[in-house]
Amino acid sequence: MKKLLILLLLALNIFFSTNLAFAGEAKPLAEDPVLEARLKAMSQELRCLVCQNTTLADSSAPLAEDLRKEIREQLRAGKTDKEVIDYLVARYGDFVRYRPPLKASTVLLWLGPFALLLIGGFGLFLQLRRRQTMAGDAPLTEEEVRKVRELLNK
Amino acid sequence: MNRMAKFLIPLALFLIAVGFLFKGLFLDPHEVPSPLVGKPAPVFQAPILGEVGKTFNSADMKGQVWLLNVWASWCGACRDEHPVLMDMAKTGQIATYGLDYKDTDAEAQAVLAANGNPYKKVATDADGKIGINYGVYGVPETYIIDKAGVIRYKQIGPITDEILFTKIVPLLKELQR
Repeated sequence: MKKLLILLLLALNIFFSTNLAFAGEAKPLAEDPVLEARLKAMSQELRCLVCQNTTLADSSAPLAEDLRKEIREQLRAGKTDKEVIDYLVARYGDFVRYRPPLKASTVLLWLGPFALLLIGGFGLFLQLRRRQTMAGDAPLTEEEVRKVRELLNK
Repeated sequence: MNRMAKFLIPLALFLIAVGFLFKGLFLDPHEVPSPLVGKPAPVFQAPILGEVGKTFNSADMKGQVWLLNVWASWCGACRDEHPVLMDMAKTGQIATYGLDYKDTDAEAQAVLAANGNPYKKVATDADGKIGINYGVYGVPETYIIDKAGVIRYKQIGPITDEILFTKIVPLLKELQR
């Protein structure tokens, strides 16, 4: 009977210790909610380079995990958001950002749609104006007026 | 004239669009140009594969042109690239060093024992931190670093014979002058 009790205690002990191990694994998230919120906000603005159409926040690629870890460590070391993003851009290029900065090589990207809109608008304006003058350019001659009356009075 | 323009303008626009799309066929979106080319290579210290207790220091490489090949035993494309690296090592044209990325020493050593070792030394990067510092996002990747320690070329994906002869060999000749 005593043996059984000891066995039971041992089993309970193992059960609780494994439970504790699991609790330990999830700890970093609860440790600093402010930092985790910053990490989350930042990783939603950053691209995972392995699966290029996913953010760093959504990607489960090993590299994305490593990068999140790297960002977390750098934030914990007291770096600002901008410093961490600059660190990544220096290594992976502007491509790592979902919002590329406005500079010489990205001017077309930022202003291209507006330029197309202007060109399209100008084209439409010309077309409409031409149509207006076309309609005004062809008044009926007296002969035509007479014919119309004739037809209508028939 | 007007009728001609009506026909020619859309045709011209169409041809321009075709031109862009055609060019797009030959662009690989997975090849992100590295901003590190032209910048000093990040300095790192790392344990050397198979030499317990010894450390590789990239700062010691100053004064020579060297090649850093990032690879791993789990990486399939690295196996395709391996014969090219072996050929390069045989010619002795360049000091080839490896960076074993997110790998276990035992598995990496097994691969080198089975297929041959093209590297003078292999530094290990078990947690991938050196990789991040070098902007690695997929293996294999290869860096050519000049005598002053500046990255002069980055190859994303395996080195093929074509890339070796058209890009790497001419660059090495220029750098080693």
